[in-house]
Amino acid sequence: MSDSKVTAHLDGIISDFEGSEVNPSHSNMSAPPHPQPPAKGASHGTGDFSYVGIDAILEQMRRKAMKQGFELNIMIVGQSGLGKSTLMNTLFKSKVSRKSVVSNPEERIPKTIEIKSISHDIEEKGVRMKLTVIDTPGFGDHINNENCWQPIMKFINDQYEQYLQEEINIDRKKRIPDSRVHCCMYFIPPTGHCLRPLDVEFMSRLSKVVNIVPVIAKADTLTLEERDFFKQTIREGLRANGIDVYPQKEFDEDADDRMINDKIREMIPFAVVGSDQEYQVNGKRLLGRKTKWGTIEVENIAHCEFAYLRDLLIRTHMQNIKDITSSIHYEVYRVRRLNETNAQPNGQPPNTLVNPQQANGAAAQHQVLTHEM
Amino acid sequence: MTTSDIAQGDKNARPLSLSGHVGFDSLPHQLVNKSTCQGFCFNILCIGETGIGKSTLMDTLFNTNFENFESSHFEPKVKLRAQTYDLQESNVRLKLTIVNTVGFGDQMNKQESYQHVVDYIDTQFESYLQEELKIKRSLHNYHDSRIHACLYFIAPSGHSLKSLDLVTMKKLDSKVNIIPVIAKADTISKSELHKFKIKIMSELVSNGVQIYQFPTDDETVSKINTAMNGILPFAVVGSSEEVKIGNKMVKARQYPWGVVQVENENHCDFVKLREMLICVNMEDLREQTHTRHYELYRRCKLEEMGFTDTNPESKPVSLQETYEAKRHEFLGDLQRREEEMRQMFVQRVKEKETELKEAERELQGKFEQLKRLHSEEKSKLDEKRRSLEDEINTFSKKKAAAELLQGQSFNTNANLKKDKDRKKSPEMEAKDVNLTCDEATNQNHNCCFRNL
Repeated sequence: MSDSKVTAHLDGIISDFEGSEVNPSHSNMSAPPHPQPPAKGASHGTGDFSYVGIDAILEQMRRKAMKQGFELNIMIVGQSGLGKSTLMNTLFKSKVSRKSVVSNPEERIPKTIEIKSISHDIEEKGVRMKLTVIDTPGFGDHINNENCWQPIMKFINDQYEQYLQEEINIDRKKRIPDSRVHCCMYFIPPTGHCLRPLDVEFMSRLSKVVNIVPVIAKADTLTLEERDFFKQTIREGLRANGIDVYPQKEFDEDADDRMINDKIREMIPFAVVGSDQEYQVNGKRLLGRKTKWGTIEVENIAHCEFAYLRDLLIRTHMQNIKDITSSIHYEVYRVRRLNETNAQPNGQPPNTLVNPQQANGAAAQHQVLTHEM
Repeated sequence: MTTSDIAQGDKNARPLSLSGHVGFDSLPHQLVNKSTCQGFCFNILCIGETGIGKSTLMDTLFNTNFENFESSHFEPKVKLRAQTYDLQESNVRLKLTIVNTVGFGDQMNKQESYQHVVDYIDTQFESYLQEELKIKRSLHNYHDSRIHACLYFIAPSGHSLKSLDLVTMKKLDSKVNIIPVIAKADTISKSELHKFKIKIMSELVSNGVQIYQFPTDDETVSKINTAMNGILPFAVVGSSEEVKIGNKMVKARQYPWGVVQVENENHCDFVKLREMLICVNMEDLREQTHTRHYELYRRCKLEEMGFTDTNPESKPVSLQETYEAKRHEFLGDLQRREEEMRQMFVQRVKEKETELKEAERELQGKFEQLKRLHSEEKSKLDEKRRSLEDEINTFSKKKAAAELLQGQSFNTNANLKKDKDRKKSPEMEAKDVNLTCDEATNQNHNCCFRNL
């Protein structure tokens, strides 16, 4: 093979390498901070001549991202009647849920858990996004709910599998279509007490393969004190069962991250109220629920925590959610998958094409997992 | 118990309009933020003859002094020297790697010049491929060392491209984004430059060299990119010295007849190069490297190793299956070869054994033959001895008999002698005396013989 030949040449090259010295010369370009990123290709006739233009790459990246568009896949899991579809509609300010798309004359609970996904192309200020909402009707609605998490787990793993197959193709697409589930919103009914066995079972299994964001649904049935108590109990329950929901503690990258995420971790699960109807409140038209004793404003943080959820999910942490899915959850799946097909009959790991080496810390922590299909 | 019924919505997503502000327009901003935290990485390869101004141009381009030293003209082979620098401008961190060719075009025989460069580029692709194929990989922390842009420095002869240039560029055009530049452009006048550029471009086209074209599909930059595509190759001048012009210090080269200002667009195309390379198309260069050149390399490499996407019945074959099949083959091959070697070894041993046995037999034969000879000789000698002894015995018997006879005859002779003495002549006595003498000598001989 030509390997040996390449190595020989490389030796010749290496011997003359000045060491690939990482000159930690933070040679500051001493460029005065420009008020705005440079316009595309404007010549800096009157500007400072020491400006090189490296930061123009940010603009280039932005342009590329806008041209390509984004993809987001959210899965919503919870018993029927918890307001999942309404919340989705409220989050994305349009009729994205399945019910709005497929008119369902009779609300029937399907005999088996179905997984239905609907995709939408939405656009805002030039940013195009392909949003896929994956609904799971039938979850938790039967008398015997054992193994209700199985079809969902299988679906998630199937998406990983699809991505993996495309990735290891010889002739592969320029941009592999990403259908992996980025975020799974789990709806907890507002009992006010604690987590139910179904909740614990589901979340403990799925938090290992996907980012779970638990929310307290229909939170307008809880008073503020009840709500706080409920949240605390839930957090304790999660801790006691070793369930790591998003934002996972182990994936914090640096101190800043940790600080921001700690604040979020203090607030989960978010107690949300969804509504897609507008009412007149104090002269403004707001989304809310009108009752005899008052109108609950969805976006008022004194009333419910919808705004926090929306900010977390969409405005600040969306990219982070996608990154964790692709770089950690997907990699874990890939490692497991490649190991199970590549292991030799006597169980030793292979060492030819793929070389098992040290993983980075976070992924390594995920190695000790039991996956059941 | 519970089966799932996966019903996908329509694959073609329905377009939807939002009734309010959702907020995902911050997504590009989030993406950019993440990249800023991670830092960017850019690798440039500079190919050109020694002394053509590569290092100076890099210094000028990035506005720093990269502390390069001059290399000699007597390098026996072309070598590549890579250096990595961390640069920062406002809040953007760039990990820049500059790879220089050392000794390019200096050898008498330049046939192997381009090979080192090609090998270097392939090595970078290979290490990325290896990382990507690892089971436990960390692609996000991986320091990407693939070459994103290759600046090819053309000597300012004013006539045409050298054959070395054509050959090298042809070999590299499918592996890296090539941007040709005319170095030391202050030696060419404007009109000559124009002709030179046209000549170069036509030569490249007629030889089928695909240099990097600035992308024209995005409306924001298509106009400027198209314009720049027509100005290729850029005629550049590099300088790290500053000269005072008016009341500013500018980078320039001072000659007795004038000053060539590097950043003056009338003097040279340096500003255009900087804009195109860094400000406008850096991201596109990186993307092209990854999606076009790297994919091509990957495809070729994997096909070379025998992996395919579809097997002969054109059913999709997974990488795992092919891999398993290959491994079986490989192991089988290994076993077979082991068997062969063992067989050969056994055979050789047998041969040697027979040889040795032959030799042993021969020796044995010889030994026995010698032994036989010995015993033959011995028996012969014994015989001789016996016969000799027999002879001695008979002789001694004869002698004894003779002595007896002689004794008798002497007595009778003596009697006769008395009788014959009167008759016998003195000859008879002489005869007797002779006889006695003979007998005496015989006796003597006997004694001698006995004593042997």
